[in-house]
Amino acid sequence: MSRFAFMVSLYRDYFANYMKTKLSYRADFLVEVLSDLMFNGLNLVFIFIVFMHTPSLGNWSEAEVVFVYGYFMIASGLFSTFFSAWNFSERYIVKGEMDRVLTRPAHSLSQVMLENMDPPSIVGAIVGLVIMITSWSTLGLPFHWYDPLVLIVMVLGSCFIYMGIYTAMSAISFYSDAPTGIGPLIYNIQNYGRYPVEIYNKTIKFLLTWLLPFAFVGVYPASFFLGRLDEWWMPWLTPVVGIVVLSLGLGFWNYGVKRYRGAGS
Amino acid sequence: MISMYLDFVRIRFLMMLAYRVNYYSGIVIYAINIGAYYFLWKAIFGEAETLQGFTVIQMSTYVAVSWMARAFYFNNLDREISNEIVDGSVAIQIIRPYSYLFVKMMQGFGEGLFRLLLFMVPGMIVVSFIFPIELPKDPMQWIVFFVMIWFSFLINSQLNILTGLGAFFFENNQGLMTMKRIMVDLLSGVVVPIAFFPGWAISVLNWLPFQAITYLPGSVFTGRIEGADVWNALLVQVAWTVVLIIPIMLVWRAARRRLFVQGG
Repeated sequence: MSRFAFMVSLYRDYFANYMKTKLSYRADFLVEVLSDLMFNGLNLVFIFIVFMHTPSLGNWSEAEVVFVYGYFMIASGLFSTFFSAWNFSERYIVKGEMDRVLTRPAHSLSQVMLENMDPPSIVGAIVGLVIMITSWSTLGLPFHWYDPLVLIVMVLGSCFIYMGIYTAMSAISFYSDAPTGIGPLIYNIQNYGRYPVEIYNKTIKFLLTWLLPFAFVGVYPASFFLGRLDEWWMPWLTPVVGIVVLSLGLGFWNYGVKRYRGAGS
Repeated sequence: MISMYLDFVRIRFLMMLAYRVNYYSGIVIYAINIGAYYFLWKAIFGEAETLQGFTVIQMSTYVAVSWMARAFYFNNLDREISNEIVDGSVAIQIIRPYSYLFVKMMQGFGEGLFRLLLFMVPGMIVVSFIFPIELPKDPMQWIVFFVMIWFSFLINSQLNILTGLGAFFFENNQGLMTMKRIMVDLLSGVVVPIAFFPGWAISVLNWLPFQAITYLPGSVFTGRIEGADVWNALLVQVAWTVVLIIPIMLVWRAARRRLFVQGG
């Protein structure tokens, strides 16, 4: 418990530091929020335009697809708030900052996360929540007392999946320092989880469900609230898959740290 | 004089060649993108034979060719120019005996040429094996298409230069660059062909340069624009290429007056 309190206090201090540097460049903060929202806006415009020409997308209505997108925005916004070490290999391995991180007492991954937190992303999550609530009422879905609790569990599970996958990806640079270009690859695949998986062929569906389980950051958990339970246990796998993926990612990271020899020079 | 600029093309080409491993994964990324949009569009078509005059085959061809054309015309000139302005190295470049903007354009072309040969061509071959697409049979269509993506490159690079020069005027140019990127992706027709937009949007987009980047060459390639209309499409591209020179000149003139490099 004291370790948890230690982490919370660390987070508070890093956050205070972040705010101090950012407040001196207030416009940057706004620009980041706006760029973020515009990217999401682009995807929503795509959905709206598509549904002008078709009543349904593989049996999913417009409001349902927008609902799934709202869920996706919550999970990915929350995740990027705490983890956006996209340039991990360059900054920590090539420039050797990892050595500094390793000499400090807190766990190396949590330090990297703290140093790269991106609070503006939280706005995307809030907008996602608003979109979800709006389509909730458009669809006339029933509201149960346990729905908010389920949402928290599902979003946590989805964030764990992201964290596990991106932790593992960052950890690749412990094993090989050559740029692999795998980052953008995963990032692209990530975007397909927000559409109904039925529309893809078997291979991609399998990939999105079991290999890179991005469908659990979108369609599967959201279908719990939509009441589309062809397989009722599928949404409930979200937290399970989340924990499994996160443990695998952490294991890969810890083993990589042990192997890490520094960039030399 | 010309040979000097050609050297910039050559040097950038060789520089890209040194980092070619990144591009093999790039082909996979584009194939995945094309694949995802292919399935999305197939679901959108559902039972329908045609949508907005597109058949399913035409649609998948359009998706494939517009992503591959993007590989050729896409470059990061906006980021490069913006960074050089922020770190001040633009000052050294301006006093050199060449046109800074023209050199940037040539570097972008070297990059594009590299992507055309090592990315677009092999990518197109890979994609045509995986997805049902229909390549044009008329050699004239191929020639016109390659001329047109050359203009796509010019127009897109001009927009990039214009955005990059924004760094002279804004302390943080990131927002402008993001906005431009989203506008090009959405309004040029990579994500959705212009024909799918609502009527009022189409009439607005016809007066913007974005459609000339992807939609027009893509339409020629899929055979949606034929006969005399092909020349009209090409004319629109030429007109935009010429028109865009004016704002670049104005901004460049205003920018050089503002230039103030700290230290050195």
